[in-house]
Amino acid sequence: MGNFTARVRREPRYIDLGLCTACGICANYCPVIIGDAYNENLALTKGPHRDYVQAVPASFYIDPAACLYLNHETCQICVSACQAKAINFYEQEETVDLEVGAVILAPGFGRISEEVLSTYGYGRLADVVTGMEFERLTSASGPTMGKIIRPSDGQHAHRIAFLQCIGSRDVSCGNGYCSSVCCMYAVKEAVVAKEHDPDIEISIFYMDMRTQGKEFDYARLRAKEKGVRFVRSRVAGVQENGNALEISYVNEAGKHLKESFDMVVLPEGLESPGDAQSLARAAGIDLNHYHFCSTGSFVPLQTTRPGIFVSGAFQGPKDVPESVTDASGAAALAAEALKMVRGSRVESKEYPAEIDIGQAPRIGVFVCSCGTNVGGVVDVKAVADYAASLDDVVFADMNLFSCAQNTQEAITEKISENRLNRVVVAACTPRTHEPLFQETLKNAGLNPCLFEMANIRDHCSWVHAAVPAEATEKSKDLVRMAVAKARRLEPLPEQKLPVTHKAALVIGGGMAGMTAALSIAGQGFDCFLVEESGELGGNLRHIRFMLSGEDPRKILQDTEERVRSNPHIHVYTNSSVEDVSGYVGNFVASIRTPEGHENLEHGVIVVATGGKPYEPKQYLYGKSTQVVTQGELEERLSDSDEAKRINNVVMIQCVGSRGQDLPYCSKICCGQAVKNALKILELNPSANITVLYRDMRTYGFMEDYYQLAREKGVIFVHFDKESPPEVTEKGGRIQVEFVDKILDERVILEPDLLAISVGIVPSRVEALSKILKIPLTGDGFFLEAHPKLRPVEFTVDGVYLCGLAHGPKPISESIVQATAAAGKACIPLAKGYVTVDPIVSSIDPDSCIGCGICESLCPYAAIKMIKVGKKKKAETISASCKGCGICAAHCPTLAIYMGGFTNEQILSQIRAFGEEL
Amino acid sequence: MGESKFGSVMVVGGGIAGIQASLDLAGLGYYVYLIEKAGSIGGAMAQLDKTFPTNDCAI
Repeated sequence: MGNFTARVRREPRYIDLGLCTACGICANYCPVIIGDAYNENLALTKGPHRDYVQAVPASFYIDPAACLYLNHETCQICVSACQAKAINFYEQEETVDLEVGAVILAPGFGRISEEVLSTYGYGRLADVVTGMEFERLTSASGPTMGKIIRPSDGQHAHRIAFLQCIGSRDVSCGNGYCSSVCCMYAVKEAVVAKEHDPDIEISIFYMDMRTQGKEFDYARLRAKEKGVRFVRSRVAGVQENGNALEISYVNEAGKHLKESFDMVVLPEGLESPGDAQSLARAAGIDLNHYHFCSTGSFVPLQTTRPGIFVSGAFQGPKDVPESVTDASGAAALAAEALKMVRGSRVESKEYPAEIDIGQAPRIGVFVCSCGTNVGGVVDVKAVADYAASLDDVVFADMNLFSCAQNTQEAITEKISENRLNRVVVAACTPRTHEPLFQETLKNAGLNPCLFEMANIRDHCSWVHAAVPAEATEKSKDLVRMAVAKARRLEPLPEQKLPVTHKAALVIGGGMAGMTAALSIAGQGFDCFLVEESGELGGNLRHIRFMLSGEDPRKILQDTEERVRSNPHIHVYTNSSVEDVSGYVGNFVASIRTPEGHENLEHGVIVVATGGKPYEPKQYLYGKSTQVVTQGELEERLSDSDEAKRINNVVMIQCVGSRGQDLPYCSKICCGQAVKNALKILELNPSANITVLYRDMRTYGFMEDYYQLAREKGVIFVHFDKESPPEVTEKGGRIQVEFVDKILDERVILEPDLLAISVGIVPSRVEALSKILKIPLTGDGFFLEAHPKLRPVEFTVDGVYLCGLAHGPKPISESIVQATAAAGKACIPLAKGYVTVDPIVSSIDPDSCIGCGICESLCPYAAIKMIKVGKKKKAETISASCKGCGICAAHCPTLAIYMGGFTNEQILSQIRAFGEEL
Repeated sequence: MGESKFGSVMVVGGGIAGIQASLDLAGLGYYVYLIEKAGSIGGAMAQLDKTFPTNDCAI
C-alpha cells in the first residue's frame, strides 16, 4: 500500500490534443460515415469526431476502425483539410508505467446483452428500444432533436409501454440482483415524454416500484398525477401485431391480458463492466458472484486489496448521487492512506506579478473566425476593423482560432507589446472559454477580471446563418457593448483566506459521526466529536445481526475503541452545540458539556445528527404484547431460545412510512423484514412467516436475500395504500385481516407475533438548522447543496452532511456518506486556505441603512450584520459569498455592488447598445 | 515511513464517479492520473438528457 506501479496502455487519438481546436472541418471532409455511439447509433457521425459537443477534452479523435488511411493507406483528406495541422497518423500506442500511492476503480457499469433484450423483441422489432435509446430520443441534442418518433416509420409514438426489470431481478439471465436505478429513470423518461407531448399515453409495467431514494417517491407521485399509468405485473413477451406491438402480461388478479402499443421501451438494468474480470486480475482484487467489486457492509469502498478503493456502479448498481458520494469517500480513503505524502507530487503554477494598469483604458480586441464556424457567416475582418475604430481600442486583430495554444501565446505577446490593460475577445461562449482567456491574461500579468467576451458565434453566426450581413452588424453591436463594459472594468483581487483552525467539528456520535471523525483524524486533522446522549454508536447499538453476515456489535465496539483511543479525536458526550459563529476555516462553536460551556475553534463542520425509529400508534402497538417493531423483534431474535418458540409471524411494512405520518419511504424496512424473517427460519425452519408489503424495496444485492426468503417459504402479499391490513384483538389474541388479490378474498391470520416495520424520523434539528443556516426539507431532513452533484455538502461553505440526518438509509450508505463528508471537509483543511472568486458582493457602509434584507435573503450565510458605532451595517463574508447577486438586487439603497457587474458597467453596456454604428 | 509512498493516485474510469474522485483528490493535495478508455470523459451520465427526480439537465 502506498507504492504501486500501474501499467497503462494509451491508444492513439491521431489528432493532436494541443493543436486541435475542435472546429470540425476534418469531420466535414471525411468520407466515412459511422454510427454515432453517443446517440446509441440512432444518428451518424464521421471517422474523426468528438463524442458530443461539450466533450472533454474538447478535441476530435479518429476512430481507427473507420479510417481509410489507417486501414487502406488511402484518403488522408483530413490532413489537408485541417488548418491547425493537428492530424497525426504517426501517433503510436504507448505503454506508460505510473507510480501511484493508491488506486480508485471507477469503471462504471456494463450493458445488458442484446440476447437478453431480444427476449422482449429487441433487435427483431424496430420499435422496441432500450431505455438509453429512448433517453437520446427525448434529448434536444439527440438524433430527433427531442421528437419521440418510432424508429420503424418515423411516426410520432402515442402509446408507449415501459417494461421494468430488464436484465434485473432475473435469475434466468444470471442477474438476480436489482439494478436500483431503472424505476427512477423510467419514471423520469415517462415524465419527460409527457412534457414533450401531454397526449402521449405511457404505461409502466413493474413488479415493485423501487423509488426508495430521498424525495424519489414524490417524483413517482408527480408522474402519476401527470397521467403516467403504473401496472403491477411482469410482462411475458412482446409480439408484432400489424403496425403495433402487442404485449402480454398477467395482472395482480392472475388474469392474462394483452395490450397494444406504438413503442416499447426496455429500461435495461446495470451489469458489471464487460472487462470486470480482466480489470480485477490486473488490480489483484476479488469480484462478487455477479462480477461486481467485492466489498463489505462496513467497508463499502474498500476492495480486497489494501490501497485500492472502489466507487460508483462497479461497487454495485447505483445512481448518480450515490456514485458521487462514493467518489468523495474513496478519495478520503486514499488521502488517509497517503497522508504522509500529501502535496509531495503536486506543483503549483506561478504567474508573473500583476502589472500596474495605469489610468487610461488601453483596450485590445481579438475577433475569432473559429475556422469557418464564425468566419463562414460573419465578416470577421469587418468586425475587427470596426473594433479598431472604437474609442480606447488601441489594438484589434482577427484570429483563425483564438483558443489554439499558439494564438494564446500570440495574445500574451500582443498584450505586452501594446501595453493593453483591458482585453475583449469576440468569439464563442464565455461558458466554456472565459477561463481559458482569463488564464492568458494572468500569463501576461493582467488581472483576469480585465476581460470581457462577446459571443458572436452562438448569438450571431449560429442563429443568423441565413443572413450574414445582419449577423455581421449584430457582431459589431456586441463588440461595441463589450468594449463599453471593458472600459469600466477594474482589477479584482483573487482573495485567499487562511484556514486558521485546522480542525473539524462533527455533530452526532452515531456510526456516521464516528466514521467521519475517524476519517478526518486519519487524514491528520483534529476533530471534536459532540454527542447529545451519554454514549457513542447511535442506532447501531440496537442492531444485532446483519443480512450480509457481519457482526455489528463487534464492529461497533471496534469503532468506538478506535474513536476513543485516537489522539486526534476529542469526544464530548452529553453535550450539545449551542451556537456557532464564523465561516469556513474560522468557526467557533460554543458547546454545552456536563462541566459547563466550552468554545471550540474549527475550520469545518460535519452534521451527522442521525434519526430514530418512528413511534407507532397503529396496529395495536403498545396495546397488545403480540405486536412489536422490527427492531424489538431483532432484539428478541438475538436470544435464540426465545426465537425458537416463534412459530407464526406476520410482518406489516410501511408502518408510518409512505403514508400520512411520514410521506416518504424509509428505505431500510424491507431489508429489515427480510433479515428478521431469515433469522426466524434459521432458528426455527418450520416457522410460518407472512410479509404484507406495498413494494418490496430490496434493491441492489439485497434482492438475493428477498429471493432466498421466498425460496425458504416466506409468503409475501402485496397490499395497496388504500386497503391496508386490519389488526384486531379477539379474546386476547390478535387477528390480521387483509385481501389476497390472487385468491381474490379476505384472509384472516392469527399470528403469535405481529412485527411492524416502522420508518425513520429525523432527530430534532430545527435549532441546529437555524444556528448553521442550513435548510431542511419538508420532511425534516437536512437539504444538501445539490441532490446530484453535491450530495454531502450544504450551500453554506465548510458545512457537510451525512447519515440519517440526510435521509433514511442503510448503514453501509451512511458509512459511505460519512467518509465522503470527511473527504470534502478535509479539502479546506488540507489546502490551508479558501480561494474566493473575485466576483463577490461589496457593501458601501455609508449607503447601507442596516435593514438586514440582504442578510435574510443570502442563501450562503455570507452576509452578517455588524455594529458600527450605534448603527447596524451589513458586511459581506467574502469567503462564503458565491457572487449570485441576490443581495445587490434587493438592496433598497443600492449600497451593494457586485465585482465585475457593477451598475455602472452594466448600464454603460446597455447604453452602448443604443449607440449608432 | 512516508518516503516509500507516492503522493499520487490513479483513478480508473472517467465517468461521474471517476471525475468526482479526481477533483476531490486534487483538492486534497494529490496528483491524479485519470484513466479513461473512451475518447472523452463523462461516461454514461453525459448521455443522459435529464436527471431524476428534479429533471435537471444531466450534462
